[in-house]
Amino acid sequence: MTKQFKALYKTVVILLAAAAAMLLGALILWTIGADVTKTYSVIILEPLKNKIEIGEVLIRAIPLTIIALGISVAYRSGIINIGAEGQMAMGILAATAVALALPGLPKYALLPLAMIAGTLGGAAWGFIPGILKAKLHVSELLSTVMLNYIAAQFYTFCLRGPMLDPAEITMGSGTPQSMRLTKAIWLDRLVPGTRIHTGVYIALAMAFIIWLLLWRTSWGYKMRAAGASERAARYGGIGVAGYLVVAMMISGAFAGLAGAVEIAGVHRRAIEGITGGYGFSGIVVALFGGLHPAGIIPASFFFGLLIVGADMTQRMVGVPANMVLVLQGIIILVIVATRMVLANPYLMERVWRRYQKLTRRDKEA
Amino acid sequence: MEPNTRKITSLRVEHITKRFPGVLACNDIALSVAEGEVLALVGENGAGKTTLMNILMGLYRPDEGRILINGEEVVFRSPNDAFAAGLGMVHQQYMLVANMTVLENIALGFTQAWSPLKLNLDMVRARIDEVAAKYGLAVDPDAFVWQLSVGEQQRVELVKTLCLGARFLILDEPTSALTPQETDELILLLKRMTSELSIVFISHKLHEVKNLSDKVTILRHGSVVFEGSTADHSSGDIAALMTGREIHLPRNEAPTCEGNPALEIRGLKIRSDRGFLAVDGLDLSVCAGEIVGLAGVSGNGQRELAEAINGLRKVEGGEILLFGQELANRSPRAVIDAGMGYIPEERNTEGIVPSFSMKENFILKDADEAQFSARSFLRLKEIDRNAEALRTEFDIRSPDTKVAAGSLSGGNIQKVILAREISRKPRFLIAVYPTRGLDMGAAEFIHKRLLEKRLEGIGILLISEELEEILDLSDRVAVIFKGRIIDTLDRRSADSRKIGILMAGVHNDEAV
Repeated sequence: MTKQFKALYKTVVILLAAAAAMLLGALILWTIGADVTKTYSVIILEPLKNKIEIGEVLIRAIPLTIIALGISVAYRSGIINIGAEGQMAMGILAATAVALALPGLPKYALLPLAMIAGTLGGAAWGFIPGILKAKLHVSELLSTVMLNYIAAQFYTFCLRGPMLDPAEITMGSGTPQSMRLTKAIWLDRLVPGTRIHTGVYIALAMAFIIWLLLWRTSWGYKMRAAGASERAARYGGIGVAGYLVVAMMISGAFAGLAGAVEIAGVHRRAIEGITGGYGFSGIVVALFGGLHPAGIIPASFFFGLLIVGADMTQRMVGVPANMVLVLQGIIILVIVATRMVLANPYLMERVWRRYQKLTRRDKEA
Repeated sequence: MEPNTRKITSLRVEHITKRFPGVLACNDIALSVAEGEVLALVGENGAGKTTLMNILMGLYRPDEGRILINGEEVVFRSPNDAFAAGLGMVHQQYMLVANMTVLENIALGFTQAWSPLKLNLDMVRARIDEVAAKYGLAVDPDAFVWQLSVGEQQRVELVKTLCLGARFLILDEPTSALTPQETDELILLLKRMTSELSIVFISHKLHEVKNLSDKVTILRHGSVVFEGSTADHSSGDIAALMTGREIHLPRNEAPTCEGNPALEIRGLKIRSDRGFLAVDGLDLSVCAGEIVGLAGVSGNGQRELAEAINGLRKVEGGEILLFGQELANRSPRAVIDAGMGYIPEERNTEGIVPSFSMKENFILKDADEAQFSARSFLRLKEIDRNAEALRTEFDIRSPDTKVAAGSLSGGNIQKVILAREISRKPRFLIAVYPTRGLDMGAAEFIHKRLLEKRLEGIGILLISEELEEILDLSDRVAVIFKGRIIDTLDRRSADSRKIGILMAGVHNDEAV
């Protein structure tokens, strides 16, 4: 098989996939009576038109990256974490609590402290399903989802009760949110006029750390072995149960950190709806990124783009954001299917032989 | 394709070629089997036998060539087409759903018992009883497949294929899990069955080829190198044609050693997954520098014994002493650290992490050792160097050490495991079915290595069903039946007939 053929094959497959996704999407847009071409151009081009919008994409990619990194650690260790949503909420609460309790501390002390608190809050929430799985064989799917509900209710309780902004009480408006946090916890804005914050560096550093952990340390080796084949890992003397708990705690810690970064970098106070599905999108991003930091970073950016694009189509072409979510779903399915096709060497061989027959016939003719 | 019940009077394949990326698995192969004939297909691992059979069964489609049944060309798009045409295959790797019962597994293919809202399990059960009685293949229809030993699973596969009404049998190493008596019975049974159907079987065991087949076809590197009548050629000729060289399986000729007991087991009791005592009061001792062969039909407690010694299964009672150190109910890590090496039964799923590269598999037990990691950071160069050295030393055939271990052939996987276990310098070694399914070349290699280790003074417990293997290698032979050692024989007094009878649970020789 020639190199040119391989490149050609891949290009054609990708183009066909893109065409298929566009066509399916067009069909749906056409059914709801939207302007197909305009919708497409808004989704794809508008979020990248100026630095403000690119910034919006980036600030969504930051929590997605951090959460997806944590989920990839759990996934590679053989445990599926659907509880990032709850772990993120607990991280936000822990970081907020620290910021509210110690408003007098200088930035170099308070910011790291709040980040660590967020991390620990998430880790604690990840520890519960981890230990339940390791000791009692409780399905992590069940426990993480249930813990999401508990965390969500606890979050609401805190924002309406102990952490409620005193100003809201005096004004009587009663919006469930915390006081605006002290400036000492703020992550700095990087580019004037945008909301991009230094959380970008945190996300990149975390990606590096996860890569180091999984592929360069004996801990990561053992976690991956436990995930890839529990039986062989047990045979090899690896304490699978212990690594499950550790993996789940790391996963929770990352979700918690994402929460802390999100309030310190974007909202600067705890409000309702911060988690907003990041915990679930993080799972898709992690899988989409091939459970590898190098894939997760671009995947997060892509998902950030889709989130912002959905928002814009609603405003600019009147296509409901929910419809754009449907399009996103189609795009993801098509990309996953394309990757399966590209990873299938048998198919490529068959196409190659058919191609050879065709060219031979042409020459003879 | 319409299902029919016509007899298959001839099956021919012509010019079959199948390519896999980078490999020519079958190269212009032709075969023919006439009515009532038994064709033996022999060749080393990776010679293309299984690929060819998978083509016959519709699992793969050939790139070129055609298949003719009763002179008519047939095209199999899926295994269903092959079933409908009357071909039935028992695979080397059993195609059973582990968390279903035997009955349910057989019902999976038994379409007569299906109706839109009801599965007629009674009908399936009746069919199983009928087939089991007819061919003398006892299976428990209500046992879950995951509870069965490999040997029992093979029996289920045979029963399944027969239940589904196969009129042409393809058997991929059918006897690899049977005792000599059972093998003889199976051979008789298969011979009897040739009045009804034709058989193609794949085997590494040349005496079976001699006993059962009318014709033999030898494959090497995907091509037919020989075909002819079995009666005209000796086993030695066939072996030489198969590998392209003469093979001599090594024998344990060294004088009996008188080392100190290395492994001592007393009154051991272990429960199986099904909850009964699979090992019930077992006593066994192995000296340093001695190979004790544990013979027995699979499912008599061997798996449980090996797992319990290695900390992978709970011990209910009794003790396991390795050089005086108690190992019962210790963690796998503790057993490994005590110096135990273990070649497990399930080489593909337990002995290696299939998705990991070969070099990663070499450090499965030693990721924390100073040789391979410093302050928890892996020493990649050392891991590479180690892997290259082992690959060369153990003649593991692969392009490099980065290939996924699961993609290697059975013989090479076993070499990876052996290389890891031996290079760790164990004080004791447990080898469970170390050469099952391997060709003679690979078996020869592994036997040599085990004998070398014995001479170095390592005690070895060899669990096997292959009597020849046990007789070739062991200093003493212990026979396990229903979780107990029913007798231990000295190498000189042991022969395959005696052991075979003991394996069947008959202690008194006169009774047979």
